[in-house]
Amino acid sequence: MFARTSLIAAGLALGLSAFISTPAEAHRRWLLPSMTVFSGESATAAVDAASSNQLFVFEHRGMALDNLTVTGPDGQPVQPKIIGSSDLRSAFDVPLTKQGTYRIAVASSGLMGSYELNGQRQRWRGTKEELANIPAGATNVQVSDNSSRTETFVTLGAPNDTALKPTGRGLEMVPLTPPSDLAAGEPAKVRFLLDGKPVGDLKVEFIEGGTRYRNADDAQDLVTDAKGELTLNAKQAGMYYLEASHAVEGKDGQPGRRASYAAVLEFLPL
Amino acid sequence: MRKSIVLVATGLIATPAVAGQMNVSVEIPRLRVAEYHKPYVAIWIENETGEAVTTLDVRYDIDMRNGEGTKWLPELRTWWRRAGRALKMPADGVSGPTQAPGRYNLVFKDSARPLGKLAPGAYKLRIEAAREVGGRELVTVPFQWPPRGSQTASGQGQTELGAVTLTLKP
Repeated sequence: MFARTSLIAAGLALGLSAFISTPAEAHRRWLLPSMTVFSGESATAAVDAASSNQLFVFEHRGMALDNLTVTGPDGQPVQPKIIGSSDLRSAFDVPLTKQGTYRIAVASSGLMGSYELNGQRQRWRGTKEELANIPAGATNVQVSDNSSRTETFVTLGAPNDTALKPTGRGLEMVPLTPPSDLAAGEPAKVRFLLDGKPVGDLKVEFIEGGTRYRNADDAQDLVTDAKGELTLNAKQAGMYYLEASHAVEGKDGQPGRRASYAAVLEFLPL
Repeated sequence: MRKSIVLVATGLIATPAVAGQMNVSVEIPRLRVAEYHKPYVAIWIENETGEAVTTLDVRYDIDMRNGEGTKWLPELRTWWRRAGRALKMPADGVSGPTQAPGRYNLVFKDSARPLGKLAPGAYKLRIEAAREVGGRELVTVPFQWPPRGSQTASGQGQTELGAVTLTLKP
């Protein structure tokens, strides 16, 4: 239960804090589909959305669904049926009526930060253009350009990749092995992009669900190659969580850059 | 699950076969369980690279209203990935209702649907069964095509399938 906090504490003690880009308060954010492979003329995927430390347990907070977008196999948006949010989880259904792969994502981006004016600390949020609106007398301006994306994929019938096309904004994962074809014991390839360009040397954490029932989260710490690619190896079938983040501090008046990505992938037994 | 196989050549014919025939016999075991549903079964042929060449037989709840029986076809996980999801169900001459425990026999002829024309080479006959509130099992029987003389190969399931026999005739 305290794995994360203690890991960070250990990191600080060893002077490794620079390697840890996620703040101590960051819970894992996830969209958990009931299943990822469906058949027939139509089907319904039931999805839970939450943030938590334990995978996949509703123990922290439901995820806001304001930025939920579902992209259908034809690239067109699909209207999810929102059931609602409780303190610990949000829930929605995705009607699958077209054959192919759907991308279900909660993504947001924008500039955020703070500054000091007349000795008072002010929070700030806006667009790049609105940066100019920060009062001239402001000091200690700290702004970063943030994007975050949490997603999962479901497929009705045979997979296709229309919905998997990157948006070119933030940190994104392009599945090279179709997300409907993931199997325990079979390596799966993915590529990571930052603002549409392959990002090498990116640290990615890959964890099997069910952490509550293990003494350690047994995360695999992976790193992308020069092409932004890496291979996922799931020893056992199950729902897996994948998380990556990228951070560059701002300097010389330029905003910093923070981008995070998380996905839930299902590996089936073969 | 890979099973060892027994290949018995019962006769040899000098001239290569022009047409061939394939008899498949599948045993569905009788199980003592509180809630029994007849299994979904898929039988298909894979080539050496693991590609599905043709689906021979699919047993599912074909008579449910609005095609609802197709909902559980992905439980035949390997078949679904390799072939099933690209097929439209029901498929003429391929799909049929689920079978009760016992043996069922199928005959497939060269150049006729659904076997079609197999190029000479090494193949695997794969039989996958999945049962509602039950398990899943996959039995594999390798064979060579075209057959040189009558040949019998067999596989043995442990849980959801019993004996599987493949008889090839030139």
